[in-house]
Amino acid sequence: MAQVLALRFAADPAELKRMREQVREAGRASGWSDKLTGELLIAINEACANIIEHAYGRDRSGEIVLEILNNENEIEVVLTDFAAPMDLGRVHGRALDDVRPGGLGTHFMNEIMDRCVYAHLAGRAGNVLRMRKNLGR
Amino acid sequence: MRLRGDVDLSCSPDARKSILASLAQGQHTLVDLSEVSYIDSSGVASLVEGFQTARKHALRFGLLGVSDAAMSVLELARLDKVFPIHANLAARLEADG
Repeated sequence: MAQVLALRFAADPAELKRMREQVREAGRASGWSDKLTGELLIAINEACANIIEHAYGRDRSGEIVLEILNNENEIEVVLTDFAAPMDLGRVHGRALDDVRPGGLGTHFMNEIMDRCVYAHLAGRAGNVLRMRKNLGR
Repeated sequence: MRLRGDVDLSCSPDARKSILASLAQGQHTLVDLSEVSYIDSSGVASLVEGFQTARKHALRFGLLGVSDAAMSVLELARLDKVFPIHANLAARLEADG
Protein backbone atom coordinates (compact mmCIF):
# COMPACT_ATOMS: atom_id res chain seq x y z
CA MET A 1 0.00 0.00 0.00
CA ALA A 2 1.18 3.53 -0.72
CA GLN A 3 1.20 6.17 1.97
CA VAL A 4 -1.24 8.98 1.24
CA LEU A 5 -0.83 11.00 4.43
CA ALA A 6 1.13 10.87 7.68
CA LEU A 7 0.36 13.36 10.46
CA ARG A 8 1.29 13.72 14.10
CA PHE A 9 -0.78 16.22 16.07
CA ALA A 10 -1.83 17.18 19.59
CA ALA A 11 -4.87 15.41 21.03
CA ASP A 12 -6.72 18.71 21.24
CA PRO A 13 -10.15 19.50 19.76
CA ALA A 14 -8.65 22.68 18.28
CA GLU A 15 -6.46 20.51 16.02
CA LEU A 16 -9.34 18.64 14.40
CA LYS A 17 -10.16 21.23 11.76
CA ARG A 18 -6.56 21.38 10.51
CA MET A 19 -6.44 17.58 10.45
CA ARG A 20 -9.62 17.49 8.33
CA GLU A 21 -8.17 20.05 5.90
CA GLN A 22 -5.10 17.89 5.40
CA VAL A 23 -7.19 14.76 4.85
CA ARG A 24 -9.31 16.69 2.34
CA GLU A 25 -6.17 17.82 0.52
CA ALA A 26 -4.80 14.26 0.51
CA GLY A 27 -8.11 13.06 -0.95
CA ARG A 28 -7.88 15.64 -3.75
CA ALA A 29 -4.29 14.63 -4.50
CA SER A 30 -5.29 10.95 -4.57
CA GLY A 31 -8.24 11.52 -6.89
CA TRP A 32 -10.89 10.37 -4.41
CA SER A 33 -14.46 11.46 -5.07
CA ASP A 34 -15.94 14.20 -2.88
CA LYS A 35 -18.34 11.60 -1.45
CA LEU A 36 -15.52 9.22 -0.49
CA THR A 37 -13.42 12.00 0.99
CA GLY A 38 -16.42 13.31 2.94
CA GLU A 39 -17.14 9.88 4.38
CA LEU A 40 -13.51 9.28 5.34
CA LEU A 41 -13.41 12.71 6.98
CA ILE A 42 -16.35 11.81 9.18
CA ALA A 43 -14.90 8.42 10.20
CA ILE A 44 -11.40 9.78 10.88
CA ASN A 45 -12.72 12.83 12.77
CA GLU A 46 -14.91 10.65 15.00
CA ALA A 47 -12.03 8.26 15.70
CA CYS A 48 -9.79 11.21 16.66
CA ALA A 49 -12.54 12.74 18.81
CA ASN A 50 -12.93 9.41 20.63
CA ILE A 51 -9.19 9.34 21.33
CA ILE A 52 -9.27 12.92 22.62
CA GLU A 53 -12.34 12.40 24.80
CA HIS A 54 -11.97 8.83 25.99
CA ALA A 55 -8.32 7.77 25.66
CA TYR A 56 -6.63 11.00 26.78
CA GLY A 57 -9.53 12.52 28.70
CA ARG A 58 -8.57 16.02 29.78
CA ASP A 59 -4.88 15.55 28.98
CA ARG A 60 -4.16 17.87 26.03
CA SER A 61 -0.44 16.99 25.99
CA GLY A 62 -1.04 13.63 24.32
CA GLU A 63 -0.46 13.02 20.64
CA ILE A 64 -2.26 11.26 17.82
CA VAL A 65 -0.53 9.76 14.79
CA LEU A 66 -2.65 9.44 11.67
CA GLU A 67 -1.53 7.44 8.66
CA ILE A 68 -3.58 6.85 5.53
CA LEU A 69 -2.55 4.26 2.98
CA ASN A 70 -4.23 3.10 -0.17
CA ASN A 71 -4.01 0.87 -3.18
CA GLU A 72 -6.44 0.32 -6.01
CA ASN A 73 -8.71 -1.85 -3.86
CA GLU A 74 -8.89 -0.24 -0.45
CA ILE A 75 -7.97 2.59 1.88
CA GLU A 76 -6.49 1.91 5.28
CA VAL A 77 -6.51 4.48 8.08
CA VAL A 78 -4.25 3.84 11.07
CA LEU A 79 -4.67 5.95 14.20
CA THR A 80 -2.22 5.56 17.06
CA ASP A 81 -2.41 7.13 20.50
CA PHE A 82 -0.10 6.84 23.49
CA ALA A 83 -2.71 6.93 26.24
CA ALA A 84 -3.37 4.17 28.75
CA PRO A 85 -4.51 0.96 27.04
CA MET A 86 -8.29 1.10 26.73
CA ASP A 87 -10.75 -1.65 27.58
CA LEU A 88 -11.31 -3.00 24.08
CA GLY A 89 -14.55 -4.68 25.14
CA ARG A 90 -16.15 -1.31 25.86
CA VAL A 91 -15.78 0.11 22.36
CA HIS A 92 -19.15 -0.11 20.66
CA GLY A 93 -21.79 2.12 19.13
CA ARG A 94 -25.38 2.32 20.25
CA ALA A 95 -28.69 1.30 18.75
CA LEU A 96 -29.96 4.18 16.62
CA ASP A 97 -33.56 3.80 17.71
CA ASP A 98 -32.34 4.77 21.18
CA VAL A 99 -32.40 8.53 20.50
CA ARG A 100 -30.02 10.14 22.96
CA PRO A 101 -27.09 12.56 22.73
CA GLY A 102 -24.00 10.27 22.94
CA GLY A 103 -22.57 7.19 21.27
CA LEU A 104 -22.95 8.23 17.64
CA GLY A 105 -19.26 8.50 16.75
CA THR A 106 -18.54 4.76 16.81
CA HIS A 107 -21.72 4.14 14.83
CA PHE A 108 -20.53 6.61 12.14
CA MET A 109 -17.16 4.83 11.93
CA ASN A 110 -18.73 1.39 11.62
CA GLU A 111 -21.28 2.59 9.09
CA ILE A 112 -18.69 4.21 6.82
CA MET A 113 -15.75 1.83 7.09
CA ASP A 114 -15.81 -1.85 6.19
CA ARG A 115 -13.62 -2.89 9.10
CA CYS A 116 -12.50 -1.26 12.38
CA VAL A 117 -10.01 -3.18 14.51
CA TYR A 118 -8.68 -1.93 17.84
CA ALA A 119 -5.50 -3.19 19.48
CA HIS A 120 -3.10 -2.18 22.20
CA LEU A 121 0.23 -0.73 21.13
CA ALA A 122 3.00 -3.30 21.46
CA GLY A 123 5.83 -2.55 23.86
CA ARG A 124 4.46 0.68 25.35
CA ALA A 125 1.25 2.37 26.50
CA GLY A 126 -1.09 3.19 23.68
CA ASN A 127 -3.78 2.02 21.29
CA VAL A 128 -3.98 1.43 17.56
CA LEU A 129 -7.12 1.62 15.48
CA ARG A 130 -7.00 0.23 11.94
CA MET A 131 -9.96 1.11 9.71
CA ARG A 132 -10.35 -0.20 6.18
CA LYS A 133 -12.65 0.82 3.39
CA ASN A 134 -13.07 -1.28 0.27
CA LEU A 135 -13.15 0.77 -2.89
CA GLY A 136 -15.27 -1.78 -4.74
CA ARG A 137 -13.43 -1.49 -8.01
CA MET B 1 -30.15 30.72 16.54
CA ARG B 2 -27.63 30.01 13.83
CA LEU B 3 -24.65 27.65 13.81
CA ARG B 4 -21.89 28.40 11.33
CA GLY B 5 -18.81 26.76 9.86
CA ASP B 6 -17.40 23.57 11.35
CA VAL B 7 -19.32 22.36 14.40
CA ASP B 8 -17.00 19.86 16.05
CA LEU B 9 -15.66 18.96 19.47
CA SER B 10 -13.90 22.34 19.71
CA CYS B 11 -17.14 24.36 19.66
CA SER B 12 -20.05 21.96 20.19
CA PRO B 13 -20.00 22.58 23.99
CA ASP B 14 -20.75 26.26 23.23
CA ALA B 15 -23.52 25.30 20.80
CA ARG B 16 -25.00 22.99 23.43
CA LYS B 17 -24.93 25.76 26.04
CA SER B 18 -26.66 28.24 23.70
CA ILE B 19 -29.38 25.76 22.75
CA LEU B 20 -30.07 24.75 26.34
CA ALA B 21 -29.99 28.41 27.51
CA SER B 22 -32.64 29.30 24.93
CA LEU B 23 -34.85 26.43 26.07
CA ALA B 24 -34.24 27.26 29.74
CA GLN B 25 -35.81 30.67 29.04
CA GLY B 26 -38.92 28.87 27.88
CA GLN B 27 -38.36 29.80 24.23
CA HIS B 28 -39.36 27.64 21.29
CA THR B 29 -36.03 27.13 19.52
CA LEU B 30 -35.10 26.86 15.86
CA VAL B 31 -31.49 26.14 14.91
CA ASP B 32 -30.42 27.38 11.48
CA LEU B 33 -27.86 24.99 9.97
CA SER B 34 -27.70 26.59 6.51
CA GLU B 35 -24.14 27.82 7.04
CA VAL B 36 -22.78 24.67 8.66
CA SER B 37 -19.93 23.26 6.57
CA TYR B 38 -19.24 20.29 8.84
CA ILE B 39 -20.90 18.81 11.91
CA ASP B 40 -19.63 15.87 13.93
CA SER B 41 -21.33 13.56 16.40
CA SER B 42 -20.76 15.98 19.29
CA GLY B 43 -22.62 18.70 17.37
CA VAL B 44 -25.42 16.29 16.53
CA ALA B 45 -25.54 15.26 20.20
CA SER B 46 -26.15 18.92 21.14
CA LEU B 47 -29.11 19.01 18.76
CA VAL B 48 -30.48 15.75 20.16
CA GLU B 49 -30.19 17.07 23.69
CA GLY B 50 -31.99 20.25 22.66
CA PHE B 51 -34.75 18.24 20.99
CA GLN B 52 -35.23 16.06 24.05
CA THR B 53 -35.12 18.99 26.48
CA ALA B 54 -37.71 20.86 24.43
CA ARG B 55 -40.01 17.86 24.39
CA LYS B 56 -39.69 17.47 28.14
CA HIS B 57 -40.77 21.09 28.67
CA ALA B 58 -43.46 21.10 25.97
CA LEU B 59 -41.46 23.51 23.79
CA ARG B 60 -40.95 23.38 20.05
CA PHE B 61 -37.52 22.57 18.65
CA GLY B 62 -36.58 22.33 15.00
CA LEU B 63 -33.90 22.77 12.39
CA LEU B 64 -33.90 25.29 9.54
CA GLY B 65 -32.20 25.24 6.15
CA VAL B 66 -30.05 22.21 6.89
CA SER B 67 -26.95 22.34 4.67
CA ASP B 68 -26.02 19.32 2.54
CA ALA B 69 -23.01 18.64 4.76
CA ALA B 70 -25.14 18.64 7.92
CA MET B 71 -27.93 16.64 6.29
CA SER B 72 -25.57 13.84 5.28
CA VAL B 73 -24.51 13.46 8.92
CA LEU B 74 -28.11 13.57 10.18
CA GLU B 75 -28.97 10.87 7.64
CA LEU B 76 -26.03 8.76 8.78
CA ALA B 77 -27.38 9.03 12.34
CA ARG B 78 -30.90 8.36 10.98
CA LEU B 79 -32.05 11.53 12.70
CA ASP B 80 -33.31 13.24 9.54
CA LYS B 81 -36.74 11.78 10.27
CA VAL B 82 -36.60 12.56 14.00
CA PHE B 83 -35.99 16.32 13.97
CA PRO B 84 -38.62 18.69 12.59
CA ILE B 85 -36.71 20.14 9.60
CA HIS B 86 -37.89 23.16 7.59
CA ALA B 87 -36.40 24.81 4.53
CA ASN B 88 -36.56 28.24 6.17
CA LEU B 89 -38.47 30.29 8.72
CA ALA B 90 -41.35 30.96 6.32
CA ALA B 91 -41.83 27.22 5.84
CA ARG B 92 -41.76 26.76 9.59
CA LEU B 93 -44.46 29.40 10.10
CA GLU B 94 -46.53 27.93 7.30
CA ALA B 95 -46.32 24.52 8.98
CA ASP B 96 -47.80 26.16 12.07
CA GLY B 97 -50.77 27.26 10.01
